[in-house]
Amino acid sequence: MSDTMLSDAPVPSGGSDVVLRAQGISKSFFGVRVLTDIDIDVRRGEVHGLVGENGAGKSTLMKILAGVHHADAGSVEFEGRQVAFSHPRQAMDAGLVTVFQEFNLLPERTVAQNVFLGREPRRGGFVDDKGMQRHTRTLLEGLGVTFIDPGARVGSLTVAEQQIVEIVKALSFDARVISMDEPTAALSDHEVELLYAIIRKLTARGVAVVYVSHRLKEIFDLCDRITILKDGALVSTDATADLTDAELVRRMVGRPLQSYFPGPVEGTAVGEARLELTGCGNEFVDGVSLTLRAGEIVGLAGLQGSGRTELVEGIFGVHGFTRGVVTLDGRSVRFTSPRTAVRAGLALVTEDRKAQGLALGQSVLDNSLLVVRSVFAGRTRASRKRVPGILSSLEVSSRGVDQEARFLSGGNQQKVVLAKWLVTDPQVVLFDEPTRGIDVGAKVAVYQLMRQLAAEGKAVLMVSSELPEVIGMSDRILVMRDGELAAELPARSAEHEVLAAATGSIDAGAAADEIADPRLGDGGDRS
Amino acid sequence: MKRIRVDSTVIVLGILILVIAVGAILVATVGRSFFSPGNIRDILTGMSVLGLVAIGQTLVILGASLDLSVTYVISLASLIAATTMNGNPANIPWAVTLTLIVCAAIGLANGLIVTVLKVNGFIATLGVGLILQGVLNTGFQGSAGSVPWAFQLIGATGVGPLPVSWIIMIALAAVVWFLLGRTRTGAHLFAVGGDPEVARLSGVRTKPPLIVAHVLCSVFAGLAGLLLASRLGVGSPTVGQQGGYALLSIAAVVLGGTLLMGGRGSVWGTIGGVAIFAVVDNVMSVMQVNPFLKDVVRGVVIVAAVAVYSRRAIVRRRTRFGPGGTRTGGDAPAEAAAPAMVAATQALEAEADAADGSASMQGGAR
Repeated sequence: MSDTMLSDAPVPSGGSDVVLRAQGISKSFFGVRVLTDIDIDVRRGEVHGLVGENGAGKSTLMKILAGVHHADAGSVEFEGRQVAFSHPRQAMDAGLVTVFQEFNLLPERTVAQNVFLGREPRRGGFVDDKGMQRHTRTLLEGLGVTFIDPGARVGSLTVAEQQIVEIVKALSFDARVISMDEPTAALSDHEVELLYAIIRKLTARGVAVVYVSHRLKEIFDLCDRITILKDGALVSTDATADLTDAELVRRMVGRPLQSYFPGPVEGTAVGEARLELTGCGNEFVDGVSLTLRAGEIVGLAGLQGSGRTELVEGIFGVHGFTRGVVTLDGRSVRFTSPRTAVRAGLALVTEDRKAQGLALGQSVLDNSLLVVRSVFAGRTRASRKRVPGILSSLEVSSRGVDQEARFLSGGNQQKVVLAKWLVTDPQVVLFDEPTRGIDVGAKVAVYQLMRQLAAEGKAVLMVSSELPEVIGMSDRILVMRDGELAAELPARSAEHEVLAAATGSIDAGAAADEIADPRLGDGGDRS
Repeated sequence: MKRIRVDSTVIVLGILILVIAVGAILVATVGRSFFSPGNIRDILTGMSVLGLVAIGQTLVILGASLDLSVTYVISLASLIAATTMNGNPANIPWAVTLTLIVCAAIGLANGLIVTVLKVNGFIATLGVGLILQGVLNTGFQGSAGSVPWAFQLIGATGVGPLPVSWIIMIALAAVVWFLLGRTRTGAHLFAVGGDPEVARLSGVRTKPPLIVAHVLCSVFAGLAGLLLASRLGVGSPTVGQQGGYALLSIAAVVLGGTLLMGGRGSVWGTIGGVAIFAVVDNVMSVMQVNPFLKDVVRGVVIVAAVAVYSRRAIVRRRTRFGPGGTRTGGDAPAEAAAPAMVAATQALEAEADAADGSASMQGGAR
């Protein structure tokens, strides 16, 4: 689908249109080589995809181009001139602007104040608030965006709108190259479409976009050329048309992924109900009835804001249910806090590992013992002995258990979060966006772990925004809409069926009827 | 769903009105009038000193710092002023200048320790405050100096029911409001307090705004010291500590809706916070409440107000900033924005297609 669109895009093939060229870039941190001899050239008006597993060096490369880090070796040529930025602001002034994954915006300040932060226009010596807002409005309108008020507080905007503010900020520097690091990580589908449209608008103006993403679909949809990094080295740069999905993955991980979504472990049997909810509700969700059975992976899909996270948080006692009945292995239970849930054998792998999953400043070992220490203090000694084994079974690559969690890559951080829960030997495991922002290799590790847990007779519930993941991993798919369960779909349902249920279009009713057939709930549809 | 965002200054104003209403009723029960010119004058007079200190404190707190040294700066300022004036009206200009220069120097020291040595503001100003306390204890045995009548008038006269000291305080608050809202220094102070890394990556020099804030904070404490000297007629090495101005000013700033972590707040909120304290104090002294209860009530007001704010903060946190932030539970603005976005997307795509077409034509021509 991407090819037709790409051939329309203005991609002059001549080398003269190279706006940014980096050659022989190498970089080490504390003696560890992160980038080795990278060459990359970015052309006017193209979307240049930059892909690789976590730890492949994408972020470091972007930061070097942005002037946040300095390369140990190599040269960067921007618009034909040799440049060596020592501060991000120099790069921005030159027209090379980076939109980082963590937004560089002040939530308490207005859109205009953020766009012009550090170079507020002045009139008669004082900040010209009106001029600033007018200028911001012009830039927004240039992108066809009229629904953002330049005087609005950035914190009151949606994530997608904030993204647009970042882009407008970039444009206000007269950017010729805009780098975006995982720009869609927190966007819903129609917001992604809006971002696509804006990116196309930028490229039509001749702005080059360097696009970093883990979502291969986006890479193929958007990019004209794709550069693949692996282990800090350049693998290839190719026109998108010359690459296939499978080939891209093979080059990223260096080996073909036989089964991206592993099937059930041999001998896994769906057993009795372990966790059952009947008519549960709290301030966010309502009337939820569901059953998680031993040996089964249940996927929970739904649009952003449909209440998926709130449901798992409800189960886990973060916002405990105020209505309904919860039974665990047949006994009625009531979780009023995460602590009570953990004691009963539940685990919740939260969606935001940095804010909710890890104590970043503490060691891998301390993080692995975080839950055991606080909830099952008596088991700490015994658990400590198990930690190295669990970490190595998850293939966590760290410089020992004493390394601070903050220095690990996203995938390894997520594995430490998993280890933290495995140590507690949970019976019901809730995963909330378990593979967000982690590389392909780590994703597969997470999937295999889920299958392993199921094989051990545990119940697994997974919330995910990525439909292929939901469909590929789930034995049953629950779909939420507006805080309620809208449908239950069998394994291997089509994407459009899930979407229909999530958005409430007509198919949903039919789909719901279909799954009234109880056999599907037993996973009879599994291939 | 629950996404009320009322401007914090409005909340402060609401609390103030509530406090005034309750106070007026209570005062009426003992047969006195809350709104008599005399009583209003008392309240406004009660606001001036704390108001000056709190204006300065607002600046440093906006920059995500703190100033605990203000109490000692106040005492020192009163002494420098009183001893330099030494009863002679001719010395007033020089005495005021000298006092403010010394205070500015202390503020500069605070600012440099916080920004250059990167010592946390709490510790830095605590240390500087202890040093000043040592100077005060060894240098002065008790009250010293003498303030001429001309200078005492500042603390004693008024325009109608408005005390001169209060008018000065409000005028300076307006200046600071202007500084925060209309100068780069102000904008950058918000940025540094809100997120120093964002500020740095945006090319803001992060040290100067915070240094300026610390200097101004100490100068405002100095002005408070001058005002106290004018009221007492002498300089006192303990006048700052007796008033407990450091913690009380921080409390007033927080009561005024400024985030203790910095980056959000307003000077008018602070003035509102100071007014709330002044009204509560006034009502209690009119009703001759015992001093113990007075402190209890103050404490309750602070805790209750901040509890209101933090409830608001919890609601706000649900729409997290940046990646990982799944928007939750039917967020009204997001829903409202959705149709607009879809429409915009379609319009943009149509336009982009057109642009693509023309661009590729240009490409062909090239």
